[in-house]
Amino acid sequence: MEQDWIMGLIGGLLIGLAGAVYLLGNGRIMGASGIIGGIIDGTGRSAWKERAVFLAALVIVPLLMVPFVTESDTHLTQNPILLILAGLLVGIGTRVANGCTSGHGVCGISRLSQRGIVATIIYIGAGGVTVALLRHALGVI
Amino acid sequence: MRYLLALIAGGLFGAGLLISGMTDTTKVQGWLDIFGNWDPTLAFVMGGAIIPMAIAWRLTRVRTPLVGGSFPKPADPKLGRNLIVGSIMFGMGWGLVGLCPGPTIASIGFGGWQNIMFVVAMAVGMALAPYFGRALDARLDAR
Repeated sequence: MEQDWIMGLIGGLLIGLAGAVYLLGNGRIMGASGIIGGIIDGTGRSAWKERAVFLAALVIVPLLMVPFVTESDTHLTQNPILLILAGLLVGIGTRVANGCTSGHGVCGISRLSQRGIVATIIYIGAGGVTVALLRHALGVI
Repeated sequence: MRYLLALIAGGLFGAGLLISGMTDTTKVQGWLDIFGNWDPTLAFVMGGAIIPMAIAWRLTRVRTPLVGGSFPKPADPKLGRNLIVGSIMFGMGWGLVGLCPGPTIASIGFGGWQNIMFVVAMAVGMALAPYFGRALDARLDAR
């Protein structure tokens, strides 16, 4: 669709605004993997309520919006092996690298952090190679 | 106040992810599919998100957080192998199914069993990550 990039830009601005509120308001970096991971491994125990509220809103607001958007299908694979393997890789990888698309990508690049820029280049590259191999060479995804 | 701001930020984040199409895995895999039918949407999402964040980072120089305390200090600029190995693993998982931590949480309410399965596996991975990190250090430091 031609309007995809407009919706992308509007959605992106909202994501950036969310990060700005979290930073200027609470003095924290809005990184999804850090907020979830900190609850799971206990490193974020001191601020768990704040994290839980953030995650609750992150689940509920899109759910309430679904009836009003034209396309909300996630088009997610039905293959349980792929889902579990990918979930484990994303879980371990984001915590070992200390950031994901929101933390390293949005929050890191916007402050010209060298770590954020390098991480983003690497995970986009690794994702690109994965899609190229599994879609075009092996035809798995 | 702290909780109200977290609520607003989480809600805006979720709305942005849904509107931008980042909860749609075909768009994400389409962005990573450089050799196929490439979808540039993610670049607009990233670009759009970086604009308010860059302004926010500039404002951190002249203000303090609304709820008090101080802003996070710039991270140690050292790149390190954990950043590299972790990002490679994350990128592989991201490419496999087209989900990263933000969008998968945002679609818990409507993403079906597949999304729940991914969230559970991701949570297990996050719980294992400290052990993985230590094992990686032990192995590489032994050389």
